[in-house]
Amino acid sequence: MVPGARPRSFRLPGFGLTLGITLFWLSFIVLIPLSTVLARSWSGGWEHFLEAAASPRALAAYRLSFGVALLAAAANCVFGLIVAWVLVRYKFPAKRLFSAVIDLPFALPTAVAGIALTALYADTGLIGRPLAKIGIPVAYTPLGVFIALLFIGLPFVVRTLEPVIAELSREQEEAALTLGASRSQTFWRIVLPTLAPALATGFALAFARGAGEYGSVIFIAGNMPFHSEIAPLLIVTRLEEYDYSGAAAIATVMLGVSFAMLLVLNLLQRWRVRRIG
Amino acid sequence: MGIRIERISKRFSDYLALDEVSLEIAGGEFVALLGPSGSGKTTLLRILAGLEIPESGRVFFSRRDVTATPASKRGIGFVFQHYALFGHMTVAQNIAFGLSVMPRRQRPSTSEIKRRVEHLLALVQLPGLDGRYPSQLSGGQRQRVALARALAREPEILLLDEPFGALDAKVRRELRGALRTIHEELGVTSVFVTHDQEEAFALADRVAVLNAGKIEQFATADAIKAHPATDFVRAFVAH
Amino acid sequence: MRAAALKAPLGTRATLMLIALTYVGVMLLLPLGAVLFEALRKGIGLWWAAISEPDARSAIRLTLLVAAISVPLNTVFGVAAAWAISKYNFAGKGLLIALIELPFSVSPVVAGLVFVMLFGANGWFGTWLEDHDIQIVFALPGLVLATVFVTFPYVARQLVPLMTVQGRTEEEAALTLGASGWRTFWRVTLPNIRFGLLYGVLLCNARAMGEFGAVSVVSGHIRGETNTMPLHVEVLYNDYNFVAAFSVASLLALLALVTLALKTALEWRYRAELEARR
Repeated sequence: MVPGARPRSFRLPGFGLTLGITLFWLSFIVLIPLSTVLARSWSGGWEHFLEAAASPRALAAYRLSFGVALLAAAANCVFGLIVAWVLVRYKFPAKRLFSAVIDLPFALPTAVAGIALTALYADTGLIGRPLAKIGIPVAYTPLGVFIALLFIGLPFVVRTLEPVIAELSREQEEAALTLGASRSQTFWRIVLPTLAPALATGFALAFARGAGEYGSVIFIAGNMPFHSEIAPLLIVTRLEEYDYSGAAAIATVMLGVSFAMLLVLNLLQRWRVRRIG
Repeated sequence: MGIRIERISKRFSDYLALDEVSLEIAGGEFVALLGPSGSGKTTLLRILAGLEIPESGRVFFSRRDVTATPASKRGIGFVFQHYALFGHMTVAQNIAFGLSVMPRRQRPSTSEIKRRVEHLLALVQLPGLDGRYPSQLSGGQRQRVALARALAREPEILLLDEPFGALDAKVRRELRGALRTIHEELGVTSVFVTHDQEEAFALADRVAVLNAGKIEQFATADAIKAHPATDFVRAFVAH
Repeated sequence: MRAAALKAPLGTRATLMLIALTYVGVMLLLPLGAVLFEALRKGIGLWWAAISEPDARSAIRLTLLVAAISVPLNTVFGVAAAWAISKYNFAGKGLLIALIELPFSVSPVVAGLVFVMLFGANGWFGTWLEDHDIQIVFALPGLVLATVFVTFPYVARQLVPLMTVQGRTEEEAALTLGASGWRTFWRVTLPNIRFGLLYGVLLCNARAMGEFGAVSVVSGHIRGETNTMPLHVEVLYNDYNFVAAFSVASLLALLALVTLALKTALEWRYRAELEARR
């Protein structure tokens, strides 16, 4: 083709149709509905919003939802790294089966997970009973919420790490060895920093999911206001009291956190690309 | 420090990479392992480094049997074809790495490490780049950093695996000259792997021509060109 | 093949494997086992009674109906969005992709909330709907809307990278050979994306059938009418009817296992397809 003689962009047909469908559906299902929440939470004015979004009960709920989500995501980073490492680097029988199981929290309905976890960790349950004996109640406490979020968040960390571990340059590890580094030094100073962006991404994903989680938590949490009430439950309670703007206010806070997480994830992507470059 | 390789054999799952290979390299010598891909030259180099373990045979550095010594304890420097620089560390941190992982007792002071890094950067002709990251460097620059990094611990043996393979012709020639100069200055025993005979003959004191896991001839460039020992060698250097 | 030098000593490897297997076993497999155990605890008779009881059966029907509506809708959307994004260049693509992924980071309760705010009795359209005697929340349309929201990105996010990698050369070739747009889509694009599409639909469906939080807010929990299976499980559980709750839950667990099995099978075959096309 002669340079400079290109015909005006030859476009495949269907641009109008597909973009139209896309934008319409996106607006109708996602954008407009979400904006009503934002609009509704302002409907009573700034003071009313603050009163609802920052009430002591709401603050306690945020502390629980976000705080436990943070801890669970962090714990999953440690265990998720081990699981991902074993999956990628080691050979053992039934590995494919093991890998499929990791996705269970993705596939299992949250309510099912919720009642199953409660059955296991209640004082009469398989794991709950011995723990209760030594004075660690799990069900109906924040610890129960923690366990539920561990269940939910694991696949996020593992699946994010797997491809990055698989692509680790073995030459870098060999180089470190020839330079006299021990295996442990190689791991902490070469491998881990290379995995850091992926680890952070997995953490952010697990955190975002855990903060908003409802079904798997609602059965095992105590749901007592100020003590073991998660933020999504507070939204539901407000709705049942017909306090729409109150519910919307808390929802807005949660959406704010979601957006912030999206931004963080986006930045992490750029960090990752820079690292590899 | 001389190297003696005694009847090394290495088998990978489906083929024999090295077949009872023996070689003796004098201290301070610059030797090239030359051959087509699959000839076993890289495998031999990696066995010298301790990155591969032979099925049989032994490796001696001077008179020390290092066959069972792990790679981190052999006191060698290794330069990889694709540099293998640590992307998350600066140039200075890369070069200093070998020194920074030393046990506390043997580790030089921070100022001493800094001095050595600067000296090495000058040696490879990259002064002032200590704060850069590998992603900000050209291929030729990265390879120089890799060389400096390998030399930081003052190894007695330097191993290079097709060090210029990923670079274009002009940079390759520049680095060839730099490598030769550094070798003359430091006098470190060097073994490098290449499939490029021009490079091998230009740089090395002696060249070992490998084919299918065996050494066909080990002699100076002139000797090989004048009296090729086997048909393979004759055909190989005919190009 | 990983060089011998990089292999960790046996002790380290054994420890790490033990930790990994124990963690996954306790955190993931035990809960699954608990569902099946509790469901069959009082014998298979009670299990069968629980799932064939009228309210359970209408919950099953409703779940299937909601999925049957939501999944195709999001599939059409997903294909359209992936086509628009991968076959053309235009500004704002990144933003569009980010917006499509938005429902992933929104709490399901918030997802249900937005539709109550729009269509509930006190909602924006509340009075209008009442005047026209249309029921959205506490009825099927509300359930569908909430489900569509939470499963919105599943098909699109599977197809966008796939179709982007495939580019538009094959479609352009087809067009130069005289095929119309639709023809090209059916005979060139669709065969290329069939496994990615299946995969996306599979995940979309699993989520659609299993969604709890969003439909919980929107449904009103009217037994026999607006309870999907997950909601029915909750109702039974709150009534202390544990065996029945776990019995219905076991069906959902079975669905999850089938999803996982199909997913693994597709990944295995699909990866080969994807490699081959390169």
